Amino acid sequence: MSDSLINDLVNPVEPFLRSDRIPHIWCPGCGIGTTVNSFARALIDSKIDLRSLALVSGIGCTGRVAGYVKLDSFHTTHGRAIPFATGLKLANPKLNVVVYSGDGDLSAIGGNHLIHAARRNIDLKVICVNNLIYAMTGGQTAPTTPDHSTTSTNPYGVFEPSFNLPHLVEAAGAVYVARWTTFHVRQITKAMSEAFQKKGFSFIEIISPCPTLYQRRNKMGDALDAMKYYKEKSKVRHGAPTSEVGMTMTGEIIVGKFVDRERPDYQTMMRAQYTESLGERYVEEPEMVCDCS
Amino acid sequence: MAKGRVSIVVERCKACGFCVEFCPTRVLALSSAFNSKGYHPPHVVHPEKCSGCDLCGMYCPDFAIFATKTDPVKAGGDK
Ligand SMILES: Cc1ncc(C[n+]2csc(CCOP(=O)(O)OP(=O)(O)O)c2C)c(N)n1
Ligand code: SF4
Ligand SMILES: [Mg+2]
Repeated sequence: MSDSLINDLVNPVEPFLRSDRIPHIWCPGCGIGTTVNSFARALIDSKIDLRSLALVSGIGCTGRVAGYVKLDSFHTTHGRAIPFATGLKLANPKLNVVVYSGDGDLSAIGGNHLIHAARRNIDLKVICVNNLIYAMTGGQTAPTTPDHSTTSTNPYGVFEPSFNLPHLVEAAGAVYVARWTTFHVRQITKAMSEAFQKKGFSFIEIISPCPTLYQRRNKMGDALDAMKYYKEKSKVRHGAPTSEVGMTMTGEIIVGKFVDRERPDYQTMMRAQYTESLGERYVEEPEMVCDCS
Repeated sequence: MAKGRVSIVVERCKACGFCVEFCPTRVLALSSAFNSKGYHPPHVVHPEKCSGCDLCGMYCPDFAIFATKTDPVKAGGDK
C-alpha cells in the first residue's frame, strides 16, 4: 500500500482494494476499474458493515473484480455467479450479496440463472458491466453485441438481434433496474446505494468501454472516445419503458432508473408459505453465526 | 488558496486520459514524462483551480489519482 499513500493522503477506494495486486490486468481505459470506484463510494455512502457483505463474480475481465476487492469475494465458474450467490444468501439471509460480472457471463452462459433469480426475486444486487462483447476470450459475439458490429466470431458483421438486458430482467421480475454508463460515475454510486436499500432482485447495467476487443475491431477509437460518445449520446429517461431502451452500435443510449417496485422476495414468500401450510411445525432457519474473528 | 489537492500514483497510471478530459476545472494535462511502463501520467498544471471534487478519482480506472479537499486549518486559512 505504500506507493498508494501520498503525504498521508489515501484514495477513498484504497481501503476496498487488495493493493498488493494493483496494477491490475485491465487494459488502459478499460471501464471496469471505473465501476469499482463507484462501488467503493456506494459502500461508503451506504455505511454497509463489510463483514455482512459478500461479492461474487463469474469469469471474464469483469469477473476479475472479485480478485481485486478486499472483501469476502468469490471468483466462481463461468455463468454461475448467481447460483453461487443464491446459495450464500439462502444459507445466511442476513448477508448483503453482490454479484459483479460481465454481460456474457450473466446473460449468455448464465442467462437462465439470471431470469430465474429475477423471477424468484432473490435478494441479490447484480452489477452487470456490459462492454457488449466477450472480452477476456478474444472479442467473440455476446448476446448483447449490437447489430452490425464486427467481432472475432462475426467478421462480416453481427446480424442476430441482441438482448436488451433491462427489458429482460424487468419482464422476469426484477424490482430495481437501472442503466448507466461509465461516464455517469456519481449516478452509478447512487444506483448502487439505492439497490442496497432494496430487498429483492436488483439489476444495474453499466455500459463500459472495451477499447481492446470491441472498439478496435469496430474502428471506434480508444476508451476516451467511448467516454465522449457516452457523454454525448446518453439520454437520461427515468422510468422509461424498458422495451424502448435497446442499444444500437452508435445511437442514443437511454440511461436512468427504469424500474423501482415492491414484490416480496424469495425468502419472505418461502416463510409465508411454510407458515401457512405447516403452522407451528415450521421452524425458521437458524441464524448463522460466524466466529471466524 | 486552492480548495483541493490532487495526488497521483504515477506508476499505476495507464494514460487513458479520463482525468484530464473530465476534470471540471481543467487542472490536469498528460505530461511528456514516462512512467516505468512507458505511459505518460497526468500532472497538475493548474493547482489553484482544484476544487477537491475527486471526479478524477471517480473516473480513474487504475486507482492512480484522487483529490482531497484542502484542510483550511492545516493550510493556514483560519489563522
Ligand atoms: C464453462 C466455460 N466456458 C467458456 C469459458 C471461456 N470464457 C471465459 S470468459 C468468457 C466470456 C466473458 O464475457 P463477459 O462475461 O462479457 O466478460 P468480459 O470479459 O467481457 O468482462 C468466456 C466465454 C469458460 N471460462 N468457462
Ligand atoms: S479486454 Fe476489454 S474488458 Fe478486458 S481488460 Fe481489456 S479493455 Fe477491459
Ligand atoms: Mg463482456
